[in-house]
Amino acid sequence: MIRLNNIFFSYGDKKVFDNFTLDIGSNDRLWLSGQSGCGKTTLLRLILGLETSQKGEIIKDISLKPSVVFQEDRLLPFKTALQNIMLVTNDETLAKENLEALGLKTEADTLVSELSGGMKRRVAIARALSVPFDYLILDEAFTGLDKQNIEIAIKQILKIAKDKAIILVSHSPLEAELLGAKQINCQALL
Amino acid sequence: MISTMVNKTLKKTAILIFWIAVWQLFSMLIARELIIPSPFSTLCALFRLAETKEFYISVFISLLRILSGFALGVVLGFLGGVFSAKSSLFKEVTAPVLQLIKAVPVASFIILAFFWFKSTYLPVFISFLMVLPIIWSTVYTALLEIDVKYTEMGQVFGLKPIKIFLKIKLPLIFPAFLSSCLTSLGFAWKSGIAAEVIAKPQSSLGGMLEQSKTHLEISEVFALTAVVAVLSLLLEITLKKLLGRYRDDKVK
Repeated sequence: MIRLNNIFFSYGDKKVFDNFTLDIGSNDRLWLSGQSGCGKTTLLRLILGLETSQKGEIIKDISLKPSVVFQEDRLLPFKTALQNIMLVTNDETLAKENLEALGLKTEADTLVSELSGGMKRRVAIARALSVPFDYLILDEAFTGLDKQNIEIAIKQILKIAKDKAIILVSHSPLEAELLGAKQINCQALL
Repeated sequence: MISTMVNKTLKKTAILIFWIAVWQLFSMLIARELIIPSPFSTLCALFRLAETKEFYISVFISLLRILSGFALGVVLGFLGGVFSAKSSLFKEVTAPVLQLIKAVPVASFIILAFFWFKSTYLPVFISFLMVLPIIWSTVYTALLEIDVKYTEMGQVFGLKPIKIFLKIKLPLIFPAFLSSCLTSLGFAWKSGIAAEVIAKPQSSLGGMLEQSKTHLEISEVFALTAVVAVLSLLLEITLKKLLGRYRDDKVK
């Protein structure tokens, strides 16, 4: 589905990827692990097209739709939880269903600026699950959530992204285990 | 809650009375109505003005002229700021003009524009000129300061650039835009009246001010100045309410 072919990427003198290759299948579950700064988020940004590699190529069908839970919430504080989701989708039923599944039914019409950190994370997850997508990127998506909420969120992710590729960046083996993701260690790729 | 509001009103009234008393004291000390008329004679002059049709027409026409210049400045300043943020070439080409407008004293512009425009359009042009650079640079700076994370989010979720602009960028720059509108409205009003004083167009508050000065009706000058100040305050409150309502609608 997506092929990163002999990628070279550096931030100035700091080499992040050199001759790096990775194949992602249409229903792969990958867990990118490794120390901070090893290039996990950069890899996701390359896949999403937010960064361009200096050498090599990323081969993917342009019709493939991504969805993502960013490392930060990236929610508009002056909009409600539901409005933030409706900004990127037209499917209100699915948006409400996801909010409800993540325990945010009563917070749907609350301004994001009035939500707690954990609630904002769950809104960001609900948003990612409410758009049509072919692959889902979870960049430290569960930071700040307790174990019970992580389990609930992953259950919903597995329900919505049943036959879709999922790429997880996380330091938690529990999250990877619940998602059934195969580990790829960042350092080992370099 | 109610008692706090009553206390606030009482405090404001007391402050107002204090300054009117200071004014009265100065007027008594100087004892020359031609230099500082008393609050009472100013009030009488205001009532005399309020009895004439010309006063209301002048207020209306002055408001119309200055608000036209203000609106034009807001629209073109906004577009200029947006295009400057979008294209560095556009920004570089227009920068000297903006710099010139900012650097040249308003009085010079009034004198110059006096030769270019009919007296009735001069206040429109001067108000426009005061507003344009303020809105322009505010919109430009606010757009550049938007956290790229928000626009990336829109991009990744497949939003069209126009939707990213309208739904993400515009609400994010709105507080800065609102505050620049309020600041520039004050400037537009004051400079517009100044232009009217110099150009003396028909039916204008500035023209009435100039006429009162010529006839040494100093109490009338004071009364008209008070009218100008109160109208400025009312305009600011109205704009704040209008734009505040727009923002609330956006949140809904």
